[in-house]
Amino acid sequence: MAEIKALKLAFDVPGANFDRAGEASAKLKRTLQQVGVPAEVIRRVAIGSYEGEINLIIHAGGGQLQAEIYPDHTRVIVSDQGPGIPDVKEAMQEGYSTASEEARAMGFGAGMGLPNMYNCADAFEIQSKVGWGTIITMDFKHQDR
Amino acid sequence: MKETYFHSVQITQAACRGCTFCVKHCPTEAIRVRNGKALILPNRCIDCGTCIRNCPFRAPQAKTDQLSRLKDFRYNIVLPPPSLYSQFNENIHRESIWQGLMQLGFDEIFDVALASDYIAVEIEKFIHEHAGEHKTYISCACPAVLRLIQVKFPELIPLIIPVLPPAEAAAIYIKNKIAREKHLPKEQIGVWFIAPCPSKGANIHQPVDVVHPEITGAFTVSAIYSLIMKNKKNLPAEKFTRPVSKGSSYGMGWGVYGGELKSAGLTNAIAVHGLAEVRDVLEQLSLNKMPGLDYVECSACQSGCVGGPLVSENRFVAETNLKRRIHNMRLREPSTRAATLKAVLTCEGFPHSAEYVKPLQPRPMMSLDADINVAMQKVERMEEILQGLPGLDCGVCGAPSCMCLAEDIVQGRAHEMDCIFKLRAQVKKLAYGMAELSRQLPLTGGNTMDDGLVAPAEDKNHET
Ligand SMILES: Nc1ncnc2c1ncn2[C@@H]1O[C@H](COP(=O)(O)OP(=O)(O)O)[C@@H](O)[C@H]1O
Ligand SMILES: [Mg+2]
Repeated sequence: MAEIKALKLAFDVPGANFDRAGEASAKLKRTLQQVGVPAEVIRRVAIGSYEGEINLIIHAGGGQLQAEIYPDHTRVIVSDQGPGIPDVKEAMQEGYSTASEEARAMGFGAGMGLPNMYNCADAFEIQSKVGWGTIITMDFKHQDR
Repeated sequence: MKETYFHSVQITQAACRGCTFCVKHCPTEAIRVRNGKALILPNRCIDCGTCIRNCPFRAPQAKTDQLSRLKDFRYNIVLPPPSLYSQFNENIHRESIWQGLMQLGFDEIFDVALASDYIAVEIEKFIHEHAGEHKTYISCACPAVLRLIQVKFPELIPLIIPVLPPAEAAAIYIKNKIAREKHLPKEQIGVWFIAPCPSKGANIHQPVDVVHPEITGAFTVSAIYSLIMKNKKNLPAEKFTRPVSKGSSYGMGWGVYGGELKSAGLTNAIAVHGLAEVRDVLEQLSLNKMPGLDYVECSACQSGCVGGPLVSENRFVAETNLKRRIHNMRLREPSTRAATLKAVLTCEGFPHSAEYVKPLQPRPMMSLDADINVAMQKVERMEEILQGLPGLDCGVCGAPSCMCLAEDIVQGRAHEMDCIFKLRAQVKKLAYGMAELSRQLPLTGGNTMDDGLVAPAEDKNHET
C-alpha cells in the first residue's frame, strides 16, 4: 500500500454570496470526520476555516480555501487577491471590524474572526499587502488541547 | 473492537416494499435498500423514529415490551410522562388516568413530572454556577438528540449538561424506596416507562448517559392510551384515594418544547424542536456562533415529546391538551415558580445526578477506517468514485445520496453498478459490443441484423 503524503482539498469561495457562506468549511469538516481526526480538533478547524471563508466573502470579494490533511496535522490556507489589510496588527484586535452595514445586518462583522482563527489554530500566519491580497495559514495538530 | 448498539427501531421485512422513503428521510443516513428491502446500519441509527413517521407501509416499528412481562415481577411501578397526559382532554383528571394505569396491573405510580421538577432545580443551579464560563450547555432530556451528538457532533459532548434524564431519576428513587419499604430485592421490582418515542425505549436498554440504570422496560404512549380508553367506563367518578407523588405544572411542561427552560427558570436560553432544526442549532453551536447563550433545550420531535412518533394524538391536539392541563394546574399553585417547586419537592433522598451520570462516548460513524492512513486513501478513492456518479441523489441505488453510495462502495457495501445511470451506460456499451460482434458473424440469411445501434461517441458515463 503506497503511503500518501497529504489529502488536498481546494474550494473556490465566491465573493459577496452570503447564501453559500460556510459551505466550503462544512465540506472540509465532513472530510476530516471521514478521515477520523479527533472531534475536538475538527471543531477548531471548522471554526478557523469558517471564519476564513466568511472573510473571503465579506472583505475580499472571494478567494480560495485550501486544506492539506496529513496523518498528524491539518493545514488550512485561506487566500485571496482582494484589497489586502493595511494594518494587520489593528485588524487582529478583538472587535475591530470594517464590515459593511449589509454584512452586519446579516450577523457578520463582530470583529472576532481573525482573533478566533488565531486562538483556535496551533500555528497561525498572516501575510497581507494592500492591493495584493491576503494569505492566512493555520496549522492544527491532530491532538486534543 | 466492534461495538454493538441496541436499537428500538426495527424494520419488518415482510411489510417493506423497498420504496426508499425512509432512506431519503433518515437524518443520519442510516438506512439502505438492499435486494428490495430496507436495512438499518446499526452504528448510525439514533432511534429518532423519523422512518416510523415516513413509511407508507408501516414497516419500521419500535420494539417495546409486552404488558405480560409484568407477571415476571412481584411489584410493578409505572412512570407516566407528561406526553401520556397530553393524549387526554384536560377535563380527565390525573387521578382518573392513574386509576386506568392501576387497572392494567401496576402496583405503584411515580409521576415523571415530579422528577423533572427535581432535575429543573439541578439545571438552574448548574447554569448559575457555570455562568462565568461563557459556555452554552445543551439539554440531555432527549436521547435522540444525545445520540445525534454522539454520531454527528462529538465535539459538543463536553457541553451536554451532566444531569439525569427525569425518567431515570424517577426510577432510581422509586425503586430504592419500594425495595426498602416492602423489603423486596430490587430484581423483583419492575419499573416501566411509558415512552412517546423509540429513542427513550432504546435508552432504557442501552443508556448512553446513566450508570446503573433502573428502568426495566417501556411501553408506548399509544398502546397504554388505547388500553386505558378501552376501560374508559371504569374511569372512576369516585375519588382515586391512593397517594401518588405528583409533579408541578412546571414538571408537566417538559412534555412540550420550551417547558424545560420555563421550569428551570432560564431566560438566556433557547428551545429548539424538530431534528432538522436541532441539527442546525448544533452546527451553529459547534461554530461558536452563539457566544454568551447559557442553554439550549433540544427535542428531536416537533412540538417536543407530545409530538413523539409513538403517541396516538395529533401533535397540535396533544400540545393543546397539555397546555390546558398546565394552565389549570397553575391556577391552583402558589404564585411563584420557587414556591411551587418548594411545595412539591418533598421526596426524601431523591437522587443527585452527579452520582449517576456518565459522560457520553462518541460514536465514530463517519470515520472510514481506524487507521488514519487507510482512511485518507479511502477518502481519495471516494472522491474519485463520486466524480463518476451523476450527483442527482436519486436514491434508486438504495443509498440516500451519491456521496453515500460512494462511501458504501469504498467500504465494500455496494457496487458501482448499483447506480442506475452507471448500469445503463454499461448496458449500452455491452449492447454496442454485442451488435459489433453480430456483424462479425457470418451472415446466414439475406438480412443484416443491424438494428441501428451506433457506438456511443464519447462514453459520458450517464445521461441526465
Ligand atoms: N481577507 C481579507 N481581506 C481584506 N480585509 C480583511 C480580510 N480579512 C479581514 N480583513 C479586515 O480585518 C478586519 C477584522 O476581521 P475579522 O476579525 O474577521 O472581523 P470581521 O470580519 O467581523 O470584520 C475586517 O473588518 C477587515 O477590515
Ligand atoms: Mg470575519
